[in-house]
Amino acid sequence: MSASTSLKTGRGRAGAYFKRLMWPLIVLAALLIVNVAVTGFDFLIPDVHDDRLSGAFVNILRRAAPLLLIALGMTLVIATKGIDLSVGAVYAIGAAIACQYLMSRDQSSIGAVVFAVALALAIAAVIGAWNGTMVAYFGVQPIVATLILMIAGRGIAQLITGGHIPTVGDTSPFVELGRGAIGTVPVPIWIAAAVFAALVLLTRTTALGMLLESVGGNPEASRLAGVRSKGITILVYLITGACAGLAGILGAANLGSADANNGGLWIELDAILAVVIGGTALIGGRFFLVGTTIGVVIIGTLEVTIINVGLSSQWQFTAKAIVVFIVAMLQSPEFRAWVLRPFRSRRARRSPAEPTPEPAPEKAPVT
Amino acid sequence: MSDEPIVQMRGITKDFTGVRALDGVDLTLRPGEIHAVMGENGAGKSTLIKVLTGVHSPDAGRILLGGEPVRFHSPGHAQAGGISTVYQEVNLTENLSVAENLFAGREPRLGPFINFRAMRRRAAALMSDIGVDINVAAPLSSYSIATQQLVAIARAVDIDAKVLILDEPTSSLDRDEVAVLLRVMRRLADSGCALVFISHFLDQVYEICDRMTVLRNGSLVGEWATAELPESELIGHMLGREVEALDAIERRASESAPEGGTPLLSAEGLGRKGSIAPFDLDIREGEVVGLAGLLGSGRTEAARLIAGADRHDAGHLAFDGRQVSGHNPRTAAARGIGFCPENRKTEGLVGELSVAENMILAMQASRGWARAIPPARRAELVDEFIAKLDIRPADPDLPVANLSGGNQQKVLLARWMLIAPRLLILDEPTRGIDVGAKADIQRLVAELSAEGMAVLFISAELEEVTRLSDRIAVLRDRELIDVLHEESDMTTERIVDTIVSRGGAE
Amino acid sequence: MSSTTLTERPTRSTVFDGLSRYIPIGATVALLVAMYLGGIARYPNFDNPQLIPDLFIGNAGLLIVAVGMTFVIISGGIDLSVGSVMAFSTMACAWLTVDAGLPASVAVPAVLAFGIASGAFTGAVIHYFNVQPFIATLAGLFLYRGLTLQISDHDVSIREIDFFSWGMERVEFGEPRDGGFSLPYISFIAFAVVIVAFVVLHYTRFGRSVYAVGGSEQSALLMGLPVARTKISVYAVSGFCAALGGVIAAFYTKSANPLAGVGFELDAIAAVVVGGTLLTGGAGFVLGTVAGVMVMGMLSTIIAFQGNLSSWWARIVVGVLLLAFILLQRVLARSGERKRKA
Repeated sequence: MSASTSLKTGRGRAGAYFKRLMWPLIVLAALLIVNVAVTGFDFLIPDVHDDRLSGAFVNILRRAAPLLLIALGMTLVIATKGIDLSVGAVYAIGAAIACQYLMSRDQSSIGAVVFAVALALAIAAVIGAWNGTMVAYFGVQPIVATLILMIAGRGIAQLITGGHIPTVGDTSPFVELGRGAIGTVPVPIWIAAAVFAALVLLTRTTALGMLLESVGGNPEASRLAGVRSKGITILVYLITGACAGLAGILGAANLGSADANNGGLWIELDAILAVVIGGTALIGGRFFLVGTTIGVVIIGTLEVTIINVGLSSQWQFTAKAIVVFIVAMLQSPEFRAWVLRPFRSRRARRSPAEPTPEPAPEKAPVT
Repeated sequence: MSDEPIVQMRGITKDFTGVRALDGVDLTLRPGEIHAVMGENGAGKSTLIKVLTGVHSPDAGRILLGGEPVRFHSPGHAQAGGISTVYQEVNLTENLSVAENLFAGREPRLGPFINFRAMRRRAAALMSDIGVDINVAAPLSSYSIATQQLVAIARAVDIDAKVLILDEPTSSLDRDEVAVLLRVMRRLADSGCALVFISHFLDQVYEICDRMTVLRNGSLVGEWATAELPESELIGHMLGREVEALDAIERRASESAPEGGTPLLSAEGLGRKGSIAPFDLDIREGEVVGLAGLLGSGRTEAARLIAGADRHDAGHLAFDGRQVSGHNPRTAAARGIGFCPENRKTEGLVGELSVAENMILAMQASRGWARAIPPARRAELVDEFIAKLDIRPADPDLPVANLSGGNQQKVLLARWMLIAPRLLILDEPTRGIDVGAKADIQRLVAELSAEGMAVLFISAELEEVTRLSDRIAVLRDRELIDVLHEESDMTTERIVDTIVSRGGAE
Repeated sequence: MSSTTLTERPTRSTVFDGLSRYIPIGATVALLVAMYLGGIARYPNFDNPQLIPDLFIGNAGLLIVAVGMTFVIISGGIDLSVGSVMAFSTMACAWLTVDAGLPASVAVPAVLAFGIASGAFTGAVIHYFNVQPFIATLAGLFLYRGLTLQISDHDVSIREIDFFSWGMERVEFGEPRDGGFSLPYISFIAFAVVIVAFVVLHYTRFGRSVYAVGGSEQSALLMGLPVARTKISVYAVSGFCAALGGVIAAFYTKSANPLAGVGFELDAIAAVVVGGTLLTGGAGFVLGTVAGVMVMGMLSTIIAFQGNLSSWWARIVVGVLLLAFILLQRVLARSGERKRKA
């Protein structure tokens, strides 16, 4: 009995999952087909140069790694009915701390690099926890609470760098984080994959995922069931802050420098877009880390596709606007009702609603 | 009083996908009269009002306004026709001033600009017309709910309302505030307005209303002049056949309920301002205590205080002989108190999550997020309770929103049974569910109490309460007025008597 | 009849209540005065009569855009697209006059009309399809930045178009050495926008329904207010202000930069909040926004006078101010709730 039910469990869950991921996968497949049609199969198939994978698609993944890190954290925040606008600024702060620390140290020392990374991550996590505290304890709307650091954060990053752009030499192990490869696979992909795996494990082998979805899906019911939502809220903002800081480190390592003004510019918007494309609703509840990953790859591929089909890179923004618009419309029940109305009313006319059986009326004596 | 009706609703019928909410109901409103619409939950009161105000359109029947047939298609349209509604939740905007709320959308103007001075003058005149003297320039948020309600009434009256519907206006008001409101209502009626008053406070109804229309299960029971219908008969009409058929009911509750000893839970002077007056109540292990009273009598409020869902601001609570401090749902669950709230969808279940996840939610919450219930154990528990409670379809991965009401209720019950609580609080667990599931839940309550669990059971159906309970706490008008404990007292008649006699005593 | 008269005083005293609405804006004005006096005390030449007028010149665009944003925020929404719309408008002015050869008297009204239309469209999407304002205007942010870049990905000069030199022509008010100052025409446009917005928001039915919708959309609907028209209009107002801000930028810089105004929406939101408008909607003042813009301008001025402070301090201080104002508003809201319950 129990075995058969759990078997069904597996199948049911996979089915629901697939349904949610179907549209993003179709979009991704379409984009890949367009690219393959234009540039040939080389687009997808990686080749090995200098002991590392290269090729258009691998590059897309490598460059999308920071966005993926941020989007994964954002997925968890959005699942709780929240949003984190400060991730772009935290990205800049993370990058600034790591690079600025290494500027004045022995850049080739592994110890210094490890410390720089740890320091940047710790501060990014503290910033995230602060956001979470504002939301959970001070009762400030997430969009407002994180707006503060979205505005001030780049100022803080510039304060750290003193307004310059700190650089790290090409020989430092630090830049390997962005450009290196382990077993031919680029390091950023390894890191993104590791964080993805860690977050999947964290949310799905513990009960964190379920409790997040419960708090985001029905805060009052969760309260009455005894869920501690405040700690959970702070934890997800903390994770998101740390992810943003790590993304900043990867970005800085790739460039060998940290630009407080332009590093991670608009990445919060891309991340929110990726989350929404991946099937997680902005009103909270069920979240899909796999869907978000597909969303990130779609955004990365979209940027390349625009170039490949011969449009100027300026089309990037316009294309994203169209994607945002379509996704927003598809998620709007009012829009779906409006579009489907002509079909509905025709169907309704063809088969009028069956007369419903009436519950036996109780006739009571009337005085 | 004129006898020429201003509103006549005739044979109003309204179906909602499969359920007949109203079945040939009549309602007649006369100018200068205050008319009560009475009925328990699901009697069709609010549907009838929504048909009158244009929120729903009737499937059959007609509405005559001043003798002319009308059909409203929106509340705004009804308002233009002279029918205004004031709800329990004041539908005004708190950030604007009293004057602005009174005249929103129709402010007196000089050219294109609002004439604030004229607006304030007219607002002050309007408020003093209904006998309220307040600073109309202050923001609405600085006044009590009672005053806000009066502002809403003044607004409705000024938009030339011939008919004014007051939907539970007194629910969150204290005694003095109610007195003012009733006086204002009387004054409006005297000026020729027809008023509809919906309230579950019987004394208020008897104090102010000229006539009443009683509904039950979507059907019209009848219309009476208030003076001609004694309170006990009214309650009988509202509750229906239970009163007549009460002797036939066989009690199922254990007759060996433990007497004496330390109660598992004891509330002493427990209360919350504006929601329930301080009350004393003990619950022993293995005992089913029923909370009986009409809708709005404070039964839900009392249960929520005991469950820790709302914070009490008076009295003490002791559990298992120890004083309870910092009572909230989490600590309550840790002590072994489970609470199935009245509103399954908004307060009970997380609709998007699966049956299994909803079932283990309380257990998981008490373990903390880091210690997940092992999947095998979880599947075992979920399967066990799905089988035990006969939850259908027996698919643990279905989103719980897809289940029927009865099965949803069982999921909620299973959530608490999983943590093996010592006290289970069930607020209307059988409302709106099919007969089979209802019987299952009643049987379960009896079984659980036989196993030693204490149960606090609330239901609008007195028959159900009497059948299951060892003792019954009777509430009226937000006060616990008596605890019936004699075996012979466990009858609906006795409960109705208690409610009525206390009402007269005040 | 006197026995039936209920005399209820507000649960808070009237005097205090009248004041509590003005606490945030009072704090802003006090801050502004303190900054100015502090500046005079510390820096020579800070009392130059041209200093205050210069604030209105350098921040004319921000002032106009922030006034439009005030409408949106009071109605309970947010508009992220203003920076992009502004850059697009500047670019469109340049493109229509330089490349398409239209006279400026046609191009400028066309750009302003476009601002209104795009805002109204956004508002319609938000209202009728119940899309969150954040997302709907995010699409606008991407779209207009993309369109701007598609027109040109480099600066376009509009120096040759005579019309655009009109804006910076100055009107003298007395001799500078006698305490006089001068203002260019663009600051008069900004003043006009502020005055019109102030009158519309505080003295017309449309303005009051903006507050009502921001207070409770549900109630506004039940009170029979034109909610759809109001919501669409506030985004149209914001779109118009953003487009006008773009035209002002064309006057000010005499060139169109495709990356101008990146992050401008944040500056506008910050100015509105520092000016005492509640981000949750329903409360705020146009003149508060003016004070908010002045605070931000004053901040940059002080940093410039200090010389050894860098520009990023402005951002950090704005962040701290935002934090202070948001917490202040939370405290006021909470004490209000508690008072009413008691």
